[in-house]
Parts: sequence; structure tokens; C-alpha cells
Amino acid sequence: MCTYVTEKIEITGSGKGPAGWFALSDATVYFDHPQHAQAEHTLNIDFLNPGKGPAARVAVELTAESARALARAIEATLEATPPGLI
Amino acid sequence: MTAGTISITGHGGDEIEAYLARPVDPAGPFGSVVVIHHMPGYDAATKEIARRFAANGYAALMPNLYYRDAPGASPDDAAAAARAKGGVPDERLVGDVGGAAAHLRGLAGSNGKVGVIGYCSGGRQSFLAACSLQLDAAVDCYGAFIISPPPDGMPLKVQPIVGLAKDLSCPLLGLFGADDQYPAPAETAELARELAALGKTHDFHTYEGAGHAFFSPNRPSYRVDAANGGWEKIWEFYGRYLTS
Repeated sequence: MCTYVTEKIEITGSGKGPAGWFALSDATVYFDHPQHAQAEHTLNIDFLNPGKGPAARVAVELTAESARALARAIEATLEATPPGLI
Repeated sequence: MTAGTISITGHGGDEIEAYLARPVDPAGPFGSVVVIHHMPGYDAATKEIARRFAANGYAALMPNLYYRDAPGASPDDAAAAARAKGGVPDERLVGDVGGAAAHLRGLAGSNGKVGVIGYCSGGRQSFLAACSLQLDAAVDCYGAFIISPPPDGMPLKVQPIVGLAKDLSCPLLGLFGADDQYPAPAETAELARELAALGKTHDFHTYEGAGHAFFSPNRPSYRVDAANGGWEKIWEFYGRYLTS
């Protein structure tokens, strides 16, 4: 199924694509058919800078289990970061 | 066959990219097929489908439905850009398929008959095109949201289009998986009943042991028996309505 379920957020940071590092301004998160991963559906994240064109994109396609593990790891890392750094 | 990228006139007079595959002998006569790519885009796998039609004696043309969103981008980047913009509007889809059909009819060697086929989101779009344009045969491969709306909470912009069935301009072949939920077998059965009530020629097949995207040989959803059976139905169907 083609879900179109998409969360869009504004972000600040950098990503590395085929042409090197670039500033990121947006991210989309969706659960749908992957381009490459061997699963019928995956949790996909596109880190984007639309101002630099559609190729300014860092993409990942994760199984649902992997995506949840990643989300937990991100939260755990931020929680463990010493006060004053965030 | 010969195959490559060309430019065609799509919806609103826009010049868009398209992939044309056709028999080597330009004299024809040959029938033609508009291939509607799936949501992951104008990709290598769908170009291979277009070439498969050409290898079987048809001219096939696949418009890049995401071209306006990301001209010149790789198919996966274009698909991401199109998604971020909300997907392909139905009106634009009809215009692009109409432009592709006109291009095919204008080919030297064309017998004037044009069919359409679409996979996944393209299955719904194939039905939409066949209800909106004058075509000769349509194939819907597991298109969802023709009968039922998307589930609550899903920000999918498309709406059911079964109300257009009265305008279906050509015979419809439907190929579905029994394990698919979108469309679920109950939904495709309801569409069949609706078409029967309207006196519209249709031929639906639902394959056991197959779910969504069973035609895709590069995905784990591939089911060889369903795909082979489906291709046989496609050749029979297009042979009857596009080549005779």
C-alpha cells in the first residue's frame, strides 16, 4: 500500500550527501514502500535542503524495529548528555 | 526493441520527461500502452516493465509523474520531493496520461489503440485515467482507495473514485493479491459488483498467497506464481483489446 503518511519538520544541522556536506533545513518521516531496503514497508527519513534541489537529500530506510531502536537510542543519548551542553 | 527517454506534452501543456520503449520495426501496426509508475517513482524497475511490453510487440510510454517536482533528479530523490509536496494531483495525472496516449497514437505504426496499466498507487490512477479519457483497455494492479477512503488519520489526499465508474471508457482487468489489505479483497469484490451493475466489461483475478506488489521482482513482496499468472492475463487482455 502507498500510505503517503508523512511527518514534516524543520531542522537545523548538516548532512553528507554524494556531493559532500550541506546544511539541512527540513526532514520528512514516513512509513511506506522503500526504494532499496528489503521489506515491503519501512520507516523512511529524508534529511533535506529543498533550497539546494532534490538531490540535497540524505535518506535512510529502516525496518520498524530498527526505527524504534534508533528513536530510543537518540533519546537515551540526549538524556545522558551532561547538563549545560544542550 | 528500442528504448529511451523522450519529452512529451503533459497536463497543462507542460513538457515532461517520459520513457518510450517500442518495437524496432517502426512500420507496425502495433498497439500501445501507457505505463503508470508506482509511488517509488520513475524507476529502473518500471522502465523494465515498459521494455517488457515492447518485447511483446507493444509501444509503451511511461510519463515521469514527478518530473515537475524535481526535473533532472534521480528517481528516488524525485519521489521524495513529490511526497514532500503532497503527491500527484488527480487532475494532473489525467492530463499526463492523456498526453502520453496522444503521443502513442501519433507514432508511425500505431494501430490507434492505447491501453493503460498502473501498479500500486498507479493502479488507482489507471482506473482514474480510464474513467476520464477515451482508452481501449485498462489494467489495475492492486490499486487502493477506489472504493474505500484512506484510513482515518492518514493524511492521504486522494479520495474514492468509484463514482467515476459509470464513465469507464474501456474494459478493465484487475489483478490483486488475496493477502493485500489495500485494496482488501472485499473492496475489489465491491468494485466488481459496481462494474457489473453498470454493465462495464471487467475481468478481476485475486491470487492466493500474494499480497501487495506481487509483480515486483526486486522486492520481497514478489510472488512468482501470481506474477506469472498476472502477466498471462495481461497478454490475453491486451491481445484481445489492443491488437485485434
